[in-house]
Amino acid sequence: MTLCGQPWSSGWDSTMAWNSLRSGARCAVGNADDDCAFFRAEIERLTDRLYGVALRLTGNPAAAEDLVSEAVLKAWSNLGQLNDRQAFQKWMFRILTNTFISDYRKARQEPTLALDEEGEEQFSLFEQLHQPFLLWWSNPEQELINKLLRNDVERALDNLPDGFRIIMVLVEIEGYSYAEVADMLCVPIGTVRSRLNRARSMLQRALWRQAREAGLTAAQQQRSRP
Amino acid sequence: MTKHDHIRCEEVIAHLFAYLDGEIDAEKRRQIDRHLEECRACFSRAEFEKALRRKVRQLGDEKPPRSLQQRLKGLIDRF
Repeated sequence: MTLCGQPWSSGWDSTMAWNSLRSGARCAVGNADDDCAFFRAEIERLTDRLYGVALRLTGNPAAAEDLVSEAVLKAWSNLGQLNDRQAFQKWMFRILTNTFISDYRKARQEPTLALDEEGEEQFSLFEQLHQPFLLWWSNPEQELINKLLRNDVERALDNLPDGFRIIMVLVEIEGYSYAEVADMLCVPIGTVRSRLNRARSMLQRALWRQAREAGLTAAQQQRSRP
Repeated sequence: MTKHDHIRCEEVIAHLFAYLDGEIDAEKRRQIDRHLEECRACFSRAEFEKALRRKVRQLGDEKPPRSLQQRLKGLIDRF
């Protein structure tokens, strides 16, 4: 299912793969009570992850709540499209992601996710930290990884510009392939690859700055780059 | 930098993210697998990037606020 080629204003409900919103939708197999119980159990099981992904996509707790609620409503309305219950999780997260992309485009009145064409020099956190002569008795890269708190990584990711953060979330958190992301964002695969590389570079640069500010890399200060 | 199995460290590093993303052809994957078995420097780098990716992936799990749990329950109760 793809949003490419669809007018941005029409959103998900005009896409060929989706039925229009209707009440009383049921799975293709199983009776109604069983469907409801199944749906409720799946949503309860997936809520943490749905909210987490939504939060990383939107960067905003209130918007994340709205996104999850909207996606759950759409999923229920389209439950009749789901023929294989084993695929529910993948299907549910695709709804969440497509809903976000559609809403994002509408809000910004952009047909595609605009990404800054100007590039910084590629940055590698590993290269900043790595000291080959210490290879056998010290590991400053691993030490930094061990010291990085969830908040550190969260801050670095959430502060990325939208287009780069979204691609990072789609690939590194949601696990979509480059082809799937290209399809969702209506860009060539090569663009996904290059933007993802830049997003990773930006994330690592941000982590480096945070680590320096926190004094986690005092030993590397002398040979560090800004 | 040393040369292992016809693929140089520079090439491994250039393809490392695609390798870790599973977005690389089988032959290149085989070459990189072999190189990482033999080159400690590139192995260290690959392990570092994997560890950082795990940190990022963990951000996908977040305890939702009670308001969302109640909102979803209210939605589903009406289905």
